[in-house]
Amino acid sequence: MPTVSVKRDLLFQALGRTYTDEEFDELCFEFGLELDEITSEKQIISKEQGNVKAEGASDVVLYKVDVPANRYDLLCLEGLARGLQVFKERIKAPVYKRVMPKGEIQKLIITEETAKVRPFAVAAVLRNIKFTKDRYDSFIELQEKLHQNICRKRALVAIGTHDLDTLSGPFTFTAKRPSDIKFKPLNKTKEYTACELMNIYKTDNHLKHYLHIIENKPLYPVIYDSNGVVLSMPPIINGNHSKITVNTRNIFIECTGTDFTKAKIVLDIIVTMFSEYCENQFTVEAAEVVSPNGKSSTFPELAYRKEMVRADLINKKVGIRESPANLAKLLTRMCLKSEVIGDGNQIEVEIPPTRADVIHACDIVEDAAIAYGYNNIQMTLPKTYTIANQFPLNKLTELLRLDMAAAGFTEALTFALCSQEDIADKLGLDISETKAVHISNPKTAEFQVARTTLLPGLLKTIAANRKMPLPLKLFEISDIVVKDSSKDVGAKNYRHLCAVYYNKNPGFEIIHGLLDRIMQLLDVPPSEEKGGYVIKASTGPPIWFPGDSCRRPEALAAPLFTWLMASWAHYKALVSSGLTLHHAATLPRP
Amino acid sequence: MADNPVLELLLRRLEAADGGLDSAELATQLGVEHQVVVGAVKSLQALGEVIEAELRSTKCWELTTEGEEIAREGSHEARVFRSIPLEGLVQSELMRLPSGKVGFSKAMSNKWIRVDKNTADGPRVFQVVDSIEDEVQRRLQLVQAGQAEKLAEKERNELRKRKLLTEVTLKTYWVSKGKAFSTSISKQEAELSPEMISSGSWRDRPFKPYNFSARGVLPDSGHLHPLLKVRSQFRQIFLEMGFTEMPTDNFIESSFWNFDALFQPQQHPARDQHDTFFLKDPAEALQLPMDYVQRVKRTHSQGGYGSQGYKYTWKLEEARKNVLRTHTTAASARTLYCLAQKKPFTPAKYFSIDRVFRNETLDATHLAEFHQIEGVIADRGLTLGYLLGVLREFFTKLGITQLRFKPAYNPYTEPSMEVFSYHQGLKKWVEVGNSGVFRPEMLLPMGLPENVSVIAWGLSLERPTMIKYGINNIRELVGHKVNLQMVYDSPVCRLDTEPRSPQTQEAA
Repeated sequence: MPTVSVKRDLLFQALGRTYTDEEFDELCFEFGLELDEITSEKQIISKEQGNVKAEGASDVVLYKVDVPANRYDLLCLEGLARGLQVFKERIKAPVYKRVMPKGEIQKLIITEETAKVRPFAVAAVLRNIKFTKDRYDSFIELQEKLHQNICRKRALVAIGTHDLDTLSGPFTFTAKRPSDIKFKPLNKTKEYTACELMNIYKTDNHLKHYLHIIENKPLYPVIYDSNGVVLSMPPIINGNHSKITVNTRNIFIECTGTDFTKAKIVLDIIVTMFSEYCENQFTVEAAEVVSPNGKSSTFPELAYRKEMVRADLINKKVGIRESPANLAKLLTRMCLKSEVIGDGNQIEVEIPPTRADVIHACDIVEDAAIAYGYNNIQMTLPKTYTIANQFPLNKLTELLRLDMAAAGFTEALTFALCSQEDIADKLGLDISETKAVHISNPKTAEFQVARTTLLPGLLKTIAANRKMPLPLKLFEISDIVVKDSSKDVGAKNYRHLCAVYYNKNPGFEIIHGLLDRIMQLLDVPPSEEKGGYVIKASTGPPIWFPGDSCRRPEALAAPLFTWLMASWAHYKALVSSGLTLHHAATLPRP
Repeated sequence: MADNPVLELLLRRLEAADGGLDSAELATQLGVEHQVVVGAVKSLQALGEVIEAELRSTKCWELTTEGEEIAREGSHEARVFRSIPLEGLVQSELMRLPSGKVGFSKAMSNKWIRVDKNTADGPRVFQVVDSIEDEVQRRLQLVQAGQAEKLAEKERNELRKRKLLTEVTLKTYWVSKGKAFSTSISKQEAELSPEMISSGSWRDRPFKPYNFSARGVLPDSGHLHPLLKVRSQFRQIFLEMGFTEMPTDNFIESSFWNFDALFQPQQHPARDQHDTFFLKDPAEALQLPMDYVQRVKRTHSQGGYGSQGYKYTWKLEEARKNVLRTHTTAASARTLYCLAQKKPFTPAKYFSIDRVFRNETLDATHLAEFHQIEGVIADRGLTLGYLLGVLREFFTKLGITQLRFKPAYNPYTEPSMEVFSYHQGLKKWVEVGNSGVFRPEMLLPMGLPENVSVIAWGLSLERPTMIKYGINNIRELVGHKVNLQMVYDSPVCRLDTEPRSPQTQEAA
């Protein structure tokens, strides 16, 4: 969930009133936000770097607000204030308009070469904007928030904003060999080639995370103006030439990316949020984007979409009884301008360009419910009549757990993930014999494989508890995983039972007795005949196999009994037993 | 009892005594250590009301080790005096005697000796008087004889300053006859034996009283793990509410079931390498229900079922990628898909509690694997109000009654609600679960009828367990590093009663 940090007093100014922290927290909660933290720049620095560094930093109170991940329209102070003001019916949602320029339209021409690296681009112009330091900071911060969230760290979309007065169109979005790209990047004093830049930014804590997006491509994307000035090399860095400042009046915005829909959404969000500060409020100057095939499109789309929703559907989904007029009012408070039309049960809902998250009637239903207040909805109980069933494997597990404890053994709970060493080397096995599933992206060796036996976990539990008085008697009933090409995903869980007895002397008869007890509990007689069990010496290293099922519906597969004193040399003596509580794959599913 | 003569003597003297007797005096009279008498008093006390003993403390003076030495052998100055022969003693030689240094100056100030510095072999010491009175020794002997009171306070203080005397507090008992006083007491029995029962002798035997303040011997027993005790309770709650348990015994899941089927777009951050464990082997799912896959693909990329869709290029290879399931909702999706294939539709209530895996940064409350609890209801015409009602009933069974609901965002539920409960310890609202109505884009491609809604909620098993058992670090609860003593000592789990201590809850 993205967190937006806003200056409290600026926010209150935009909201036209002040709140106590509690009141504001309450308002956030109702609206689906969370006031996560109340802090200041000074507090943040002093927390991260100590009091000395924090000296002289700003004391201005900051609200850190958690915003739902799909509400891009709330990622800056402007959007938050607007959303809350409309919610509280203090203002009407603005209508965002795209206008054609008086003079020539700004053009962005996409060349064919971009197709393989970053095929899409959209653009727009914010004309006669008036920044202050705070507005400017918010503008920059919004781009960063969008980059981190919907743009997926610039992989899907990257934003470039430029001082239009320093440039001259038309602009060209092309792709070139890195060695052929040379420009002065943002906040640098000299020119570098793209190759040099990629090297320099390897040590840049901010930019190094984006290099991988184009690093291995033969061509890098780049945008030029008609004089050959580099606007940006997306998704890495803008040129310094067109850098925007607090004094910039006309802004050219380009969004390039691999996801066209998201690029359009990102552009819409930026212009709807900041056209507030344009001379003609909430109007955005169109720009033309020409595709390699010569097709030309105008952006930003700023599309308003109409949806019809029946009032009784909303009432039925939420569990309320509001009049259509009231429902329309509730929706309007969520920036979804609505009116009752037709037979008086139809509500026409207008989805503004800021609300790309609304893609289905269910999103409209939710907004009606939020505006109604989740906590005002009458609680009722569904009349769904059902008869409960336990999952047979879990039912058996629960029964056995109790009887294992009754037999004097203590239940352990160990991790399903472990290192290769745990399930192979330490048990005297080669990893290839284990049929283990392997994880491709473990951060540490602890998460290399899923366990194929419960034994390592129990042994490690003993190792961590050597201070405890002896004997230690442990058991675990849980799942292991092995590869199995008969399953749709190519792997299968098996429910295992493992027990260990740890004492100064081996006590083979104790673990033997436990196994006999388990068999007794499972109603499996000691017998050579089918359906019975026998104990045989294990020839190889200890490992439990899922074998052929017995004929009983809930019985064991191959019970195995193993005597183990090797491999874990620091144990004085250790006896363990393991068996598979494995059901046939045809187990009835609910 | 007869094997303790002091005890018997005590009883006999007490019988003869008028009123009572003092334990210290008795010790002196009997010529035994005071502790021996105290021991006898205590064992008589344990018998009930044979005697009454009142603890008294008296102050008295005792000699220090040095004091005892002086009482025996004389003061240092006296010893110096006595060691000087008539012809005198070279001073340096005298100083080498054990009492030399201390005794010399004292003997000088007492004017018992003198030093002649004009002798040939250096200063020489001579006796001045013929005989001396060793007052220090005499006084210490008085104290030793228990007659310290015969000394003036000034004299005692002087001896104390010289560290020859100390004042000690003596604890003695004033012993008197009890209600059941008797000089003939018999030994108490510690155990009842079968012989006593068959012979009936137990009727006349006195038995040693039980010591209820000592801890009993805990039985040898096995124990259930606290987290799994809580799991059993949650299972119980769901079963009480008529929910059927879903099969969740598949840790490995395809991205399709884990994400795509839930209408979670392929670029969603949860599908990042940083959040999810992907598999190297088996890297891809072998089979997917292709008809259904096509419907899912269309819904993501183009929309349908009343949805705009996400409008991106949906890739099958992305859906095939195997992962360690990141939530049990993957299993719920499979179960709902099965339900959708059953015609006609029958309402269903499901639950599951099982492990899920996240490739996250680990800390005191986050592990790479944890247990998720999930409840699902599928029926026609379910409302958000029903979800609220079910959540109220469910959390009431957990002992949580103060609830409120916050709008939230989940990719696969709409509306979505976070469940908050008021935390008495923290004095604020804390999140206890997540819930919502599954999106039509998830349900309709499965083949569920259009008027069927599915409401669901989930929470972690670890968090309520940590609160319940006052555990602050998740590693002390789950995994091989648990302290088995914690497992041994953990009480039964009753979720609807107050948790243990508010202090530990806060940290949790």
